[in-house]
Amino acid sequence: MIDILKESRTVRWVGLAAIILIIIGALVPTWVMNNVMFGMARGLAVLGLMVLWRTGLISFGHALYFGIGAYAVALADFGLGVSDLFLRLLFAIGASVVVGFLLGFILRRYRSIFFAMLSLAFSMVLYGILAKMESLGSTDGFSVTPPTILGMEFEDKYALFVAIIVICFVSACLVQFYLKSALGYLTTAIRDNEIRVEYLGYSVRRAIHIKYVISAALAGAAGGILASSLGQVDPDSMVNWTVSGELVFVTIMAGAGSVAAPFLGGVVFQFLQTFSLQYFPDYWQFFEGLTLLLIIFFLPGGIWSLIQKLWVREDKSPEAAE
Amino acid sequence: MSTPALKVTDLHKSFSGITAAKNINVEAADGEIIGIIGANGAGKTVFVNMITGYLKPTAGKIEYHGKDITGIEPRDATHIGVCRSFQVSQVFMTMTVEENLLVALAIAHEGGAAMLRSPHHPELLAEAERLMEQFTILPHRHAVASTLSQGVRKLLDIAMAVVTDPKVLLLDEPTSGVSIEEKFGIMDIVISALKEKGTTVLFVEHDMEIVERYVDRVLAFYQGEIICDAPPAEALQDPKVIEFVIGHEPEAANA
Repeated sequence: MIDILKESRTVRWVGLAAIILIIIGALVPTWVMNNVMFGMARGLAVLGLMVLWRTGLISFGHALYFGIGAYAVALADFGLGVSDLFLRLLFAIGASVVVGFLLGFILRRYRSIFFAMLSLAFSMVLYGILAKMESLGSTDGFSVTPPTILGMEFEDKYALFVAIIVICFVSACLVQFYLKSALGYLTTAIRDNEIRVEYLGYSVRRAIHIKYVISAALAGAAGGILASSLGQVDPDSMVNWTVSGELVFVTIMAGAGSVAAPFLGGVVFQFLQTFSLQYFPDYWQFFEGLTLLLIIFFLPGGIWSLIQKLWVREDKSPEAAE
Repeated sequence: MSTPALKVTDLHKSFSGITAAKNINVEAADGEIIGIIGANGAGKTVFVNMITGYLKPTAGKIEYHGKDITGIEPRDATHIGVCRSFQVSQVFMTMTVEENLLVALAIAHEGGAAMLRSPHHPELLAEAERLMEQFTILPHRHAVASTLSQGVRKLLDIAMAVVTDPKVLLLDEPTSGVSIEEKFGIMDIVISALKEKGTTVLFVEHDMEIVERYVDRVLAFYQGEIICDAPPAEALQDPKVIEFVIGHEPEAANA
């Protein structure tokens, strides 16, 4: 594993980007830092969708895990008084992994639109339950106390910002390690040819199940982080189908070219949403839709493909396109 | 007599009342090279599909070294040593030749936790290089599979089928879609590689010259049944084979 990380140029670049972000975070106004933080957290869920997308699968219901992560954190805080960000993250990931593992047995049998719609159906079941459950605040949800980080309390949000950047960096490295392993190569192999994978002796369903659980864990972590940083959970902003739609939107907008793409996409989307809400409060969806249309027409490989093109032009070595 | 590598008894397959294979009885010894011939729709591919688990037989029994493998899953067939290639090459189109083989080798040799290693490690690279050399596709190692000629893609397809080190290999039309000039070249490479390993090979073929040159035995299919099971010299002269498979005198076919 260490070998792969040492060799991987992507990891070095992502590490450098993380350090630059941490420095920038200290210099910019709080609202910019907050937007980057929320964008990065959303990027974590998008990273999960990217893992599935590389196999040719799209989930229209990943808000299920986003919501499970968020509510797991809220309940850990409310019921057990867990305040540490990383401990809360364990609850979020644990709950998502358990549900992802169980639902994976069903979803691994489906492909294309059936996979997408079945994912949506599961997420809407959770939405329905949470919206009706008064003990969990029904549609109003409930609040989450600000997190502590490694036992320390912080007055401003900069420490939380740094912690989130670190979590995103570690997740990106782990996913990069996964994609560069033989199991990760199977991601592309399955998209290209399931029959061949089976005849090589590997269960395609098992490979998809593993991917699904990984993507559930990432989306759960994202939900957990957002619940902690927003201080609030509710079904509409955590579990509704529009949240799933946003995640798919960012996945397409970002592109699947690199583990860094989802985070870039997440941050760009966050600013896009903030600006369009501020300047065009009645038409913000119009601007989001227009952006997606322009990207699909002119950058079918997503924003990342633009960076990739510039990068490859500068450095023709094959690894540069990683 | 030792247990045959493959023994098929009274194999039958029907699709919604239409019979695709009936009363198929075949035995194949270790290291034997068998040619499967027949007109389109005669049941050759159905036979291959049933042996390798792609289709479940309606009735009958398939044994591999005495073990009942009827209705086995494709990946389990691979695990016990029965593998196949396809009429239309089944390779990973967006990967390079080398990556195709590395992924294949990683799955075949490692599995489990070792799948978390990069497939680009020295042992697998060396093995991939050996295979590329053996199947003469080394010059294409960095070419993406979708850009390869049919002939090279076929060789890659067969090389991927042998990474699992099969004891019985079924090749479905290994030379289909390949130019006449390339056909014999491909078969020379493939058959010599497989003979070296002592693999039992059953291959579907339409070109009688290839059948005559490479096989020990011929199975001729007609309407889902085997109408002749004999050495090539005898089978290609068989009146039923001439009438239902070749369609004319073999001399004319060779002309």
